[in-house]
Amino acid sequence: MKNTLTIAWKETKTYFASPMAYIIIAVYTALASYNFVSSISGVLPEATIRGFLLPSTLIFALLAPVITMRLLAEEQKLGTLELLMTAPVRDYEIVLGKFLAALASLVSTLVPTLYLVLLLTWFGSPDMGPILSGYLGLILFSMAAISVGLLASSLTGNQIVAAVVSIGILILLLIIGEAESYLGGVFGEIVRQLSITNHFEDFARGVIDTHDLVYYLTFTLFLLFLTVRSLESRRWR
Amino acid sequence: MQETAAPPMIEVRDLTKYYGDFPAIEGISFTVNKGEVLGFLGPNAAGKTTTMRILTGFMPPTSGSASIAGYDVVDDSLDARRHIGYLPETVPLYTEMTVEDYLDFMGAIRGMSRRQRRLRVSEVIGICHLEEYQSSLIGKLSKGFRQRVGIAQAILHEPDVLILDEPTIGIDPIQVVETRNLIKSFGGEHTVILSTHILPEVSMVCERVIIIHEGRVVAIDRPGNLSERLRGTERIEMDIRGPVAQVMTALRNIRGVREVTRTGSGDVVSYNVESVHGADLREQIATLVAQKGWGLLRLQPVYMSLEDIFLRLTAKEADQP
Repeated sequence: MKNTLTIAWKETKTYFASPMAYIIIAVYTALASYNFVSSISGVLPEATIRGFLLPSTLIFALLAPVITMRLLAEEQKLGTLELLMTAPVRDYEIVLGKFLAALASLVSTLVPTLYLVLLLTWFGSPDMGPILSGYLGLILFSMAAISVGLLASSLTGNQIVAAVVSIGILILLLIIGEAESYLGGVFGEIVRQLSITNHFEDFARGVIDTHDLVYYLTFTLFLLFLTVRSLESRRWR
Repeated sequence: MQETAAPPMIEVRDLTKYYGDFPAIEGISFTVNKGEVLGFLGPNAAGKTTTMRILTGFMPPTSGSASIAGYDVVDDSLDARRHIGYLPETVPLYTEMTVEDYLDFMGAIRGMSRRQRRLRVSEVIGICHLEEYQSSLIGKLSKGFRQRVGIAQAILHEPDVLILDEPTIGIDPIQVVETRNLIKSFGGEHTVILSTHILPEVSMVCERVIIIHEGRVVAIDRPGNLSERLRGTERIEMDIRGPVAQVMTALRNIRGVREVTRTGSGDVVSYNVESVHGADLREQIATLVAQKGWGLLRLQPVYMSLEDIFLRLTAKEADQP
């Protein structure tokens, strides 16, 4: 556990020491604010944050791989993975440390959006339930997106390859639910369950369903497990 | 568990590693005692790095076993790794970190407490002469200083075993001397394995040498013993003033001489006499030359350098089918 935190702390420091962190935060805040403003500018505006929550999944599907792409790929390229893997550290501690750092980095981009919530409470009386569940949903979504990014990053020494592959997988998971309408039957059900978007919508509505919780947690754990395996497999090559 | 008084710090038995069908190393065995500095000598792709990677737990062997401080590198990998300081050939460093932060991080993942780290980091910065650069980004350092940072992280946690893969490669001559002295100073307390293909380095730094070639050990011994053992013949070089043909015949007629060759021409000619092992013909030659009234300008026995031994050993191996 101590090793995990040591690695997580180091990666978080490295992330916030780079300009990338602030560019990502700025870009996301700008996009979220735009979506927020356009959602409350209708005829009958609602005091919710759904307006920026729903498009955030797509934005995060693009940003998460940018954060995760270097985490393991760069270590392979620099050769530092050899040093890390010959230190008295377990492989899963490396993966978990990187995961926590990436999660902290991605979730930190949400912090400026709290001022949108402040605006809502200032000018209206929003229902805090959906707001909290919405943020929870976005954090869970981040975990899943990061685990995809980490797995891709563990498989290659090339950061761009890692990013492109994980963006592809994440976007597929976002849109796969649409296939339900024409697949139908068992396959339609499978596709609906796999869809990362379907599981997110409940949170945005203010519903915390155990199904969705289990989906995100299982998804994340399974991919982290694969990442550990992929790291271990370097030892056997 | 072994019950001997001083169990070897590193024990390697029948280590074999295949990459696919290609054997990188085959049946390597050796032991290193506490405090010893062992040189790992071999041409490129001989299997030095592979052996070191197995010892450090980076990858497992295909067969055979290795232990560090009594811990098997596969079964008790974490315990074995706790006793190792490792400098890989590529000197892997996080270029976006400062020297201090990097060393602090490396200490932390090796389980050093914050207090130990504070003390030890400034200590190794001193040992490796990095004071001026401790707050610089590693990416901005020159190759020689990066190498020092690499050595600093390897000795940071005062490991029992130091494994250094080509530690003096790519640094300037003055730094090479410093680095060698540094490595020499680790012997005694730490056990050191260092790989190199710079031959004089081995005789300067190491107490024992392993020569490996094409994945197999071709010789293990002290550098001095190696030259002794391999000296099947003795060679003497001399410069003599006298009639060439007569000198040649006279030298050939000395008992024990196997071959005489000459180089140069004119008044003074250099001769090279090879004799059977154990025969020291210097006195006989001197007497002979004096009796004949020629002039002996130089008489010098030739010892085989490690380089000759190395070439001879690796060539012999290569000759076999």
